[in-house]
Amino acid sequence: MTMSRRGLLVAGAGAAGAGLLAGCGSDTGRGGGGAKGAELSQWYHQYGEAGTEQAVQRYAAAYKKARVRVQWRPGNYDQQTAAALLTDSGPDVFEVNGPTLDQIQGGQVVDLTDLLKGVEDDFNPAVLAPKTYDGRIWGIPQVIDMQMLYYRRSLLKDAGVEPPATLDALVDAAKKLTTSKVKGLFLGNDGGAGVLGGTPLYAAGLQLVTEDGKVGFDDPAAARTLAKLHQLYADKSLLLGAPADWSDPSAFVQGLTAMQWSGLWALPQVRKELGDDFGVLPFPKDGGQGKPSVPVGAYGAAVSARGGHQEAAKEFVKWLWVERTDFQEDFALSYGFHIPARISLAKKAAGLRSGAAADAVRFTTDHGYAQPLLWTPASQTAYQDALSRIIRGGAGPEGELRAVVRKVTGELDRVKHAKKPS
Amino acid sequence: MRGRRTLWFWAFVGPFALGLALFTYVPLLWSVGLSFFDAHNTVTPTHFVGLDNYTAMLRDDAFVDSLKTFLVFTAFIVPATYVFSLSLALMVNRLEHARAFFRSVFFLPAACSYVVAALVWKMSIFNGVRFGLANTVLGWFGGDPVAWLSTTDPPWYWLVIVTVRLWLQAGFYMILFLAGLQRIDPVLYEAAAVDGARPGWTVLRHITLPQLRATSVAVVLLLVINAFQAFDEFYNLLSDARGYPPYARPPLVYLYYTALGQGQNLGLGSAGAVILALIIAVVTVGQARWLGLGRTDADG
Repeated sequence: MTMSRRGLLVAGAGAAGAGLLAGCGSDTGRGGGGAKGAELSQWYHQYGEAGTEQAVQRYAAAYKKARVRVQWRPGNYDQQTAAALLTDSGPDVFEVNGPTLDQIQGGQVVDLTDLLKGVEDDFNPAVLAPKTYDGRIWGIPQVIDMQMLYYRRSLLKDAGVEPPATLDALVDAAKKLTTSKVKGLFLGNDGGAGVLGGTPLYAAGLQLVTEDGKVGFDDPAAARTLAKLHQLYADKSLLLGAPADWSDPSAFVQGLTAMQWSGLWALPQVRKELGDDFGVLPFPKDGGQGKPSVPVGAYGAAVSARGGHQEAAKEFVKWLWVERTDFQEDFALSYGFHIPARISLAKKAAGLRSGAAADAVRFTTDHGYAQPLLWTPASQTAYQDALSRIIRGGAGPEGELRAVVRKVTGELDRVKHAKKPS
Repeated sequence: MRGRRTLWFWAFVGPFALGLALFTYVPLLWSVGLSFFDAHNTVTPTHFVGLDNYTAMLRDDAFVDSLKTFLVFTAFIVPATYVFSLSLALMVNRLEHARAFFRSVFFLPAACSYVVAALVWKMSIFNGVRFGLANTVLGWFGGDPVAWLSTTDPPWYWLVIVTVRLWLQAGFYMILFLAGLQRIDPVLYEAAAVDGARPGWTVLRHITLPQLRATSVAVVLLLVINAFQAFDEFYNLLSDARGYPPYARPPLVYLYYTALGQGQNLGLGSAGAVILALIIAVVTVGQARWLGLGRTDADG
């Protein structure tokens, strides 16, 4: 007992000390004019495509008002930034798969609303919404990524299967396409629980979290839809245990599977290997209220609240991600394959006007949903565990979903009552 | 003179004591402290919540399930590794020739990183497609390919986890047993032979095992602690970019996602870590009492 009391004291003293430090930090943040000479550190996660790192170095070097040091960070980027944000030695500017609600509420990132003044409408609303909390914008979308279903035209034709337009048709198609050598569908080595996430719910006309912050899938339709995913597993139509997971199109282009769920980023490779012998689809709708769905997301540029140069950092972010549309276009289209977050740029992009790429853009506009900000990691874990048990363990979807709804309600409650960002 | 000795004592011990305090005790106490706070995304929380994190963790089905899974895992892997490494030691110990060679060969896997071994197991031996090693062998006998790590019924993933752990660990414990075996006085075996004890089971049961008592206690203790601290091969075998499946999830992996993943719920994670540490402490102390750690072979 004495030990824990001492622990408390230590933590308490630490808290007080840190409070003081944080206070100092924000006081010394320079005003707009004082940016000259500041040295900013900017973090990116490691992009797989060649040339991306050189490109971001080039952008940073072109900025004249401050020296920007780019850090290219391989490995578990989300964990690295989360840990770094707890300290003063983290980045000033960083890209983030978020920021998460807890990061916003914890005051770890800076309000960037002013930076977008006048151009908010040019940003794709589907990806800007999850960066917005309490009417303010906390991250500037860089590029849009989305996922969709790739299918092999020749294999479907040989099996006499039409590209599936409903979830039931997908289950049937996957079963018909499965032979001793080729599986019908690849949804990742875990059977789809990880990558699909909320997508089937949106395809059933439901949501993860509603506009007014309630659980969006407390509905019998949810259980019906998720049960069909188990059907895919039970039919043995799913490819499992492939050497490369869903994010890599290898299983698809090597002919291990006739259909695969993967990202837009895989499109160039698929096109190179298969030529015209493939097509893309959104996740097919299910039930009367259903509509097709594709998940969209965007890395956002955010400014750390613990960095010493907040104003300079904001100015840099505005310069790069708002003003320099030439760099934004280059970043989105010259290396990997992404959709620019700016609508005006996406319209200009020639590579996105035909074939499967054009389909992908259309899916994003018509059927795209982004994971809501209120969908916290704890909710995600509870839901994904349940989905995994439903798909692979054959657990009853109703019971599993009831437990998830309870957990998510608790989480939504927690974040609603958490303190507002200052 | 005395003052100088004290000075030298601190000169030598000081840096290590300081390091230990700074990198072990402070974080440990800090973590205990955090476990009483609502610490989302901060290590300097201000919102004291008392025992809430502990009750939340103990009510969390996923955490309790992971503890249960690991009791079962421990109950299986400890005897399995024990028997396997003891058998290896007995076999190697009987060799007349090339003993050093076999000792090295069996010990070598212990030098392999858990991460590397896990990846070899996952990607080449036990991958789920028809050209994986295990599935190729199955194919010779006309079996269908099995998705070893993705199939939950039957839970084939345990086969992968247990084999990789045995392969990695057995050699190390074999060395411990070999050391123990070589300390047994050959006179005992001669006396037994004179008294008519048949070599084999009788000798093993009445001479070798009792003589190995101290080694066995240490081995079992290490195995139990290792089992509860399992992380590396589980994480590398079963996790993907989207997280970790809800089965075969060691407590440490679950806590890793709670505290250090995007969740960043450091208070809750710390509470879980304290609970886990307490369990390991209780089990270890209980086991040491029960098995009599520290008694020498001669006492046994």
